[in-house]
Amino acid sequence: MPEPLLEVRDLTVHFPTEDGLVKAVDGVSFTVQPGETLGVVGESGSGKSVTFLTVMGLTSSGSAIIEGEVLFQGQDLLKLPKDEMRTIRGSKISMIFQDPMTSLHPFYKVGYQIGEAIRTHQKVSKNEAHDQAVEMLKRVGISRPDERAKQYPHEFSGGMRQRAMIAMALSLNPDLLIADEPTTALDVTVQAQILDLIDRLKDEFNAAVVMITHDLGVVAEHCDDIQVMYAGRAVEFGDARDIYYDAHHPYTWGLLRSIARLDSSGRERLEPIQGLPPSLIFVPPGCPFHPRCPYVFDKCRTDVPALIPADGHHASACHLSLADKERIFHEEVMVRT
Amino acid sequence: MSVEVTERTDVQLQAERRPLVRLTSVKKYFPITQGIIFQHHVGDVHAVDDVDLEIYPGETLGLVGETGCGKSTLARVIMRLYDATSGTIEFEGRDVTRVKGRELREMRRDMQMIFQDPFASLNPRKTVGSIIGEPYHLHKTVPREKVKPEVQQLMELVGLNPEHYNRYPHEFSGGQRQRIGVARSLALHPKLIVCDEPVSALDVSIQAQILNLLEDLQEEFNLTYLFIAHDLSVVKHVSDRVAVMYLGKVVEMASGDTLYRTPKHPYTGALLSAVPIPDPDLAAQKQRIILEGDVPSPIDPPAGCRFHPRCPQSRAVAKAEGKPDGPHPRCYEEEPALTPQHPGQLAACHFPLEDRAVADATISG
Repeated sequence: MPEPLLEVRDLTVHFPTEDGLVKAVDGVSFTVQPGETLGVVGESGSGKSVTFLTVMGLTSSGSAIIEGEVLFQGQDLLKLPKDEMRTIRGSKISMIFQDPMTSLHPFYKVGYQIGEAIRTHQKVSKNEAHDQAVEMLKRVGISRPDERAKQYPHEFSGGMRQRAMIAMALSLNPDLLIADEPTTALDVTVQAQILDLIDRLKDEFNAAVVMITHDLGVVAEHCDDIQVMYAGRAVEFGDARDIYYDAHHPYTWGLLRSIARLDSSGRERLEPIQGLPPSLIFVPPGCPFHPRCPYVFDKCRTDVPALIPADGHHASACHLSLADKERIFHEEVMVRT
Repeated sequence: MSVEVTERTDVQLQAERRPLVRLTSVKKYFPITQGIIFQHHVGDVHAVDDVDLEIYPGETLGLVGETGCGKSTLARVIMRLYDATSGTIEFEGRDVTRVKGRELREMRRDMQMIFQDPFASLNPRKTVGSIIGEPYHLHKTVPREKVKPEVQQLMELVGLNPEHYNRYPHEFSGGQRQRIGVARSLALHPKLIVCDEPVSALDVSIQAQILNLLEDLQEEFNLTYLFIAHDLSVVKHVSDRVAVMYLGKVVEMASGDTLYRTPKHPYTGALLSAVPIPDPDLAAQKQRIILEGDVPSPIDPPAGCRFHPRCPQSRAVAKAEGKPDGPHPRCYEEEPALTPQHPGQLAACHFPLEDRAVADATISG
């Protein structure tokens, strides 16, 4: 086993508020290997974004109670002083966000904004930074990059803005790229282009990628490992085949069943997960998913299930026996999907 | 309010003859002007260009296409939120293209809209009760003192707790807010509901809840939906027929299954191949049709077939016929009309995809 690029150990992020303690992330552990793509899947409020904002050092310590360890290349990022964290952020770990409309500054030209990211970390002149920015725009597949670099974000289409964001994120050749719902705001055709682009650039830049999404469909083609999150916890972890062909957690089953599939016949009724995600202030006791779980039994209401590996790799946090999980998945879930 | 089974089949039979909405060569151009004091007309955005469309009672017509293809403009033209530049809109056989004032207001009772963004489409300073009750106050279909029980009944119908009558939109999640939008659209018992990307802002698990709710309501009230989305898998799931739009034109129309199994227009093929499949093995087998370039500007759309600059099929045919590199001349010289393909399928293409090629292009097996 090579040394992991990123290892998160028992991370908790709690926000004290007037209404109570918001347990946004509650004991999450995982690793990202160099060159790997990790998919992180969950609904709004499952803690997937907060986890990675914390990895980036973007949850302010003033408002959040953070515990655990975030080891990046062996170094605990949570213990780093702010200025050292700033040099890592951008040059070693960078992030792209869901909404490319709001993550570019509307007053500055796109080329300048990419160049600014470069100049923050490297001692280069304005002209050199601009040239590098043009080169990056070219590499992310923007035609006429020298003209485009002189345009403002509003002159770009949604897909092009996301490409520009990717160009900015990769301009310093980071080891880890975190993509937070990079295609949710885009058309399916553009989504396919952007996902292919991330795949290709990952190899070109030899980076690891974390892909955060709420849609299991998106990550099927592009991820090595997938982590499913619910109510601030990881409920299932495995490689793509484990998740799609042998899922062990009722929440993952629910996600798989609620997708409208192009290849399903006719107008079959979808089977959504009943109910709503829990409030993160009053997380249900026992398994957080038990109020919505169709397979709930007594133990689920009192004991918190641990994320236990069934074999070396594939793990799920559910009290059902392995035999039951496999039976239910193949008899009830696989039939539809 | 529930419709008898016999009545429904009658409606369906009738539907063969009388569409609820009929659009005949509808165009919507937005003028581009220059100058500060004197506005010179220098061009037009051809948002919707010569669209013929029929929506039958009780059906769901899906409308798909990329951003900027004119699908939302078309919906707003049907709703009479925009005036069509030319062409006619008939609602229940009556020409409503130019109706105004009271007549228009009465017509609007029969057509309602559900919007994409459940955060932007609800007034944050009004309670849920007054948002859903607003149509009653505007149209005075229900006496003032009966509004509250009516609204609470609607809330229950869409799966909201009627006790939350006095809460504000920010107290609800995205999915619940979309339910508020659905309840508001049902208040006047409309015949047609235009759903403009109703689930694309929601989580997948919540999408399924809203889609099921829309289906249940359709059955209960015999509603007709125009369902707009950019995601073909969602559209196919809910729609009886699907119209595919590209740069202001309908390029293909068929039932969802036909469209999926045997798309004829190369653009439909490309759209289908871009939809992600939640199955790693099938996804790996799938051949992607990659479209080159961006959607051209609707200010000066390409001559002939509007898809020709990006069409892989046109290039392939030109190559097979030994023509010079690039699209086939017929594609930029002559505009293709919507012509019948398989039964119930129309496509506007000179060189429609063959059935076999499509099976390869989407997924085999």
